[in-house]
Amino acid sequence: MNLTHYWRAMWGIIGRELWRFVTQRERFISALVRPLVWLFVFAAGFRAALGLAISPPYETYILYEVYITPGLCGMIQLFNGMQSSLSMVYDREMGSMRILLVSPLPRWFLLLSKLLAGVGVSVLQVYVFLGIAWCYDIHAPWQGYLWVLPALLLSGLMLGALGLLLSSFIKQLENFAGVMNFVIFPMFFLSTALYPLWKLKESSVLLHNLAHYNPFSQAVELIRFALYAQLNSEALLYTASAFVLFMAAAIIGYNPSKGMMSRKGGA
Amino acid sequence: MMPRPTAALDIDALSFAYGAKKALDQLSFRIYPGECTLLLGPNGAGKSTLFSLITRLYDSHDGHIALCGFDLQKQTGQALAKLGIVFQQTTLDMDLSVLDNLYYHAALHGISRKQAALRIEQELLRLAMWERRHEKVRQLNGGHRRRVEIARALLHQPQLLLLDEPTVGLDVPSRQAIVEYVHQLVRDTGLAVLWASHLIDEVYPDDYVLVLHKGQIKANGTVDEVLQLTGTSGIKDAFRELTEGVAV
Repeated sequence: MNLTHYWRAMWGIIGRELWRFVTQRERFISALVRPLVWLFVFAAGFRAALGLAISPPYETYILYEVYITPGLCGMIQLFNGMQSSLSMVYDREMGSMRILLVSPLPRWFLLLSKLLAGVGVSVLQVYVFLGIAWCYDIHAPWQGYLWVLPALLLSGLMLGALGLLLSSFIKQLENFAGVMNFVIFPMFFLSTALYPLWKLKESSVLLHNLAHYNPFSQAVELIRFALYAQLNSEALLYTASAFVLFMAAAIIGYNPSKGMMSRKGGA
Repeated sequence: MMPRPTAALDIDALSFAYGAKKALDQLSFRIYPGECTLLLGPNGAGKSTLFSLITRLYDSHDGHIALCGFDLQKQTGQALAKLGIVFQQTTLDMDLSVLDNLYYHAALHGISRKQAALRIEQELLRLAMWERRHEKVRQLNGGHRRRVEIARALLHQPQLLLLDEPTVGLDVPSRQAIVEYVHQLVRDTGLAVLWASHLIDEVYPDDYVLVLHKGQIKANGTVDEVLQLTGTSGIKDAFRELTEGVAV
């Protein structure tokens, strides 16, 4: 196994995922509809109800639509990560996951490639979303659109690794509804995607603390600051650490001798 | 006397359990290049578990598996590179074309695009599937999907081919075509084959037969040896004898 082999395999996995995404137009559209509904309907409705003080990275008063845009970028990646997790469970039940796992490359590398493929798709979705938001008069500095790329890659990796980890625990496709209720919704609503932390603190200190330590909040803050060409070091460190932790646990979960695979009786 | 070549598959004292339930008990056998071994066993005999262990979808610390001399635990990559497999369930991506599926597999095995194009053409021509290469897998019938899976399993030129009941659900002509094609490959290329089946008529006179029952090997040898062991005149009777009357 030389480097060329790794390179070809990685591009094979990423290329397949991107090709599937491009050819499945309904998946592309539905991935965009969710955040756009939040932006056009929810944000418009709540604009008057929620007053936002000036807080970094914003230097002036902003509209609620502007505030939730990074959160919706995070939402796209959160759903994409869980969608990848769902497709892993589906592939495992349908058997196509086996072809990936019996190829002659280390399992960690195969899982990382699969993860990168999912991240590639989610970054594409976010940029299309940001493009639509631009037309809706939600503008960030032009450098922000470049800075946000590494932030999106890291947050996508972290959320994808979480999805991967969950997929190693989910026994059957039917259990996936539980993931929606117990992971996606609490993660999204207990975060800074829709309201700033100080606003939450006014209601409940416990909720504030939960939101603060929620890795999704940190990913959203990383995106938010990057979109304004600023670095949020705490969010960067937290998101990177969460990625390493989730990825390591997912690799163990997919290890045939240590993880869940042998106990599941299926691959 | 010429020394025997390295076994394509060497299994030694292999055991595996799901919790307290023992699925495989001290299995030992070898398959050499140019041998087609039919793995026969009733449902629950442990065939699928054995395949999952050989493909390292499961891991067992109890026993030893080597593929073409490579230890599956310690030299996993080298060992798996020698292995081609057709699973019982279709593992093709239904929404991709035949070509896309094959290129994906070639990439996983590190084969260059140019080399892959040559091998894909060769395999698809041999299996009379070249004309269908641009079609989505979803549009193919069961027999044709199986052919694509066999082409895929051979793309990286493995030395051991595992077939997990590949003819289940196929009509008689498709089944016969696949059985004949695999036996021809064994004769022409020296490929080693382990074929899990429950269809006795897939056994050719030159084949080796391995009967698995309740996780243990009940017989292992040529067709003649198995018949001699059981004192029967047909492989169907021999199978019944070895599995205590359990139907095939």
